[in-house]
Amino acid sequence: MSVTSPSAPQSTWTKADIKASRKANRKLHRKEYIWAGAFMAAPVIGWLAFLLFPLGFSVYASLTNWNGLGNMTFIGFDNYVLLVQDPYFWKALWNTVFYMIGIPIGLALSLGLALALARKIPGRTFFRTVYYIPVISSLAAIAILWQWAYNGDFGLVNQFLSIFGIDGPNWLMDSTWSKPALIIMAIWKGLGYSTILYLAAVQSVPRSLYEAAALDGAGAWRRFRTITMPMVRPVTFFLVVTNIIAGSMIFTEINIMTPTGGPEWSTASLVWYIWNKAFRNLQMGYATSMALVLGILVLIVTVIQFRMNKRNEFSIE
Amino acid sequence: MSLTTNTAAAASTAAQLTETENRAPRLGRRNPFAGMSGSKENKALNWTLFGILSIGAVFMAAPLVWMLSTSLKTKEAVYSLPPQWIPDPFVWENYIRVFDDTFVLSGIKNSLIVAGTVTIIGTVFSSLAAFALAKLRLPGKNAIFIALLSGMMVPFPTLMIPQFVMFSNIGWVDTLLPLIVPVILGNVIMIFFLRQYLHNVPDGLVEAAKIDGASYLRIFWTIIVPLIRPAIAAQFILWFMAVWNDYLAPIIYLNTPEKQTLQVVIANMNVQYATQRDYPLIMTASVISVLPILIVFLIFQRQIIESVALTGSKI
Repeated sequence: MSVTSPSAPQSTWTKADIKASRKANRKLHRKEYIWAGAFMAAPVIGWLAFLLFPLGFSVYASLTNWNGLGNMTFIGFDNYVLLVQDPYFWKALWNTVFYMIGIPIGLALSLGLALALARKIPGRTFFRTVYYIPVISSLAAIAILWQWAYNGDFGLVNQFLSIFGIDGPNWLMDSTWSKPALIIMAIWKGLGYSTILYLAAVQSVPRSLYEAAALDGAGAWRRFRTITMPMVRPVTFFLVVTNIIAGSMIFTEINIMTPTGGPEWSTASLVWYIWNKAFRNLQMGYATSMALVLGILVLIVTVIQFRMNKRNEFSIE
Repeated sequence: MSLTTNTAAAASTAAQLTETENRAPRLGRRNPFAGMSGSKENKALNWTLFGILSIGAVFMAAPLVWMLSTSLKTKEAVYSLPPQWIPDPFVWENYIRVFDDTFVLSGIKNSLIVAGTVTIIGTVFSSLAAFALAKLRLPGKNAIFIALLSGMMVPFPTLMIPQFVMFSNIGWVDTLLPLIVPVILGNVIMIFFLRQYLHNVPDGLVEAAKIDGASYLRIFWTIIVPLIRPAIAAQFILWFMAVWNDYLAPIIYLNTPEKQTLQVVIANMNVQYATQRDYPLIMTASVISVLPILIVFLIFQRQIIESVALTGSKI
């Protein structure tokens, strides 16, 4: 985001001059200010009412014992103490983090796809469309479909594996395979999206860079490492950040494919647990404290990533 | 989120490199090994990649083809071994049954109401805000913009509980309003893109219209909207898809079956009809939930993909 600051007044001005000029400006542009304010009003009101207020309310609610209807009893940090001691919270957090393994795999696959699609391959528009269709399909429908594809007895996945003589597990009913099953599905669904972003980045790399590198005797791998990778880095960064934020909110497929949190609670994600606590067990205070912890974790991870991205920028220079 | 500077820096280095390259004698053209350097592509490699991509495409399409084919099967044919890819017999009746026996029709209606009102009115609010943020004077408008953007960092699950309590206090639970009201006021992503898009529009255009005495609404409608129409259209479609496919918010608020949106309806059908082993019906409903979006996507494919591709380079 590039925010342009108003250009500074000339240095010969005194502070009084600046003040006077600002005042004159304000008078001159009063009408424009009013209209600008009016045009921005809706999103600003939305931001205040449905973001800032709920957020502030969350902080208070997380310090209470509350079922969402009756009285809120202030209990200090008890919810947070409970949370640290709650094995289900840790399990859900672990599962949520585990799902992120899919992110680097998905990115590597989609970069490969993008490199292939950037070449003059017959039917590339067709391929692009086919790979993109899962992205636009509704996650609920996709989850239903895959839940069934993972069925141990007659599911599509095991039917396919049996061609190669592999006796597939009962994916979603097996505590070791339930998480990988969800990861594979998530990669399948998200592949097209990252591919499109990478494709745009790969196509914007000037051809001359590759030609020059080839003249200097750089091999294909070397060109990939030293030209392609750095040139698509902003996209990689964007995808990692957005995928981690989206991954931390994983809920739909968990709730549809494993409505009870999976065998031995192996698929329950943090948001799924929060949702259960809040809307099934009506432990709103406790759920709010978990939701806040989730928000803070996402924030920390995002900030770290921006920091790392900045540091890398300097090291390139 | 200063990715723009990053990309800009990359682009400028690239531009510099291109320049120096241009000044050097253009050996590449006359080089007999030009084919190896990438200016002319290796045919064999391309066909190999074609093969790999085709296999990949089969994996991408197979589950969806299976969904479509199952929606046209009898209950028994679903379990046949080896799996039937072409239904035998074709049962079109599933598509009649799904409207008669389930809440799919009311689901479509509710999803259309939510996604339609949110995106149509929300687009007006978002583009007005983007216009003001990009082209009008207001002290502190950049701070406002940053505040709006930072809101994207707060995950919805963190806000869902207090929002639910707010709406239940005013009796909006089990209505579509909690799905509409908080989102109709503007979409930050859309505001961001339109604002970015408007930076390429010269300020002079707006200033000239102001001198001619045009009102701000008129400037917006006759100058700004025609200029950013393609960006608005693409963002509108992406937003519509996102709202149409949403599941978490609807499942929190909607309890009565005839008030639920399509995604919740099919998810509930999955639970209800799985016990009856009526997979064809579930798949029929799934096809119906995917189809409208798929058609829109196929029609506006180029614009949608271009707009998505911009996401990576703009933020």
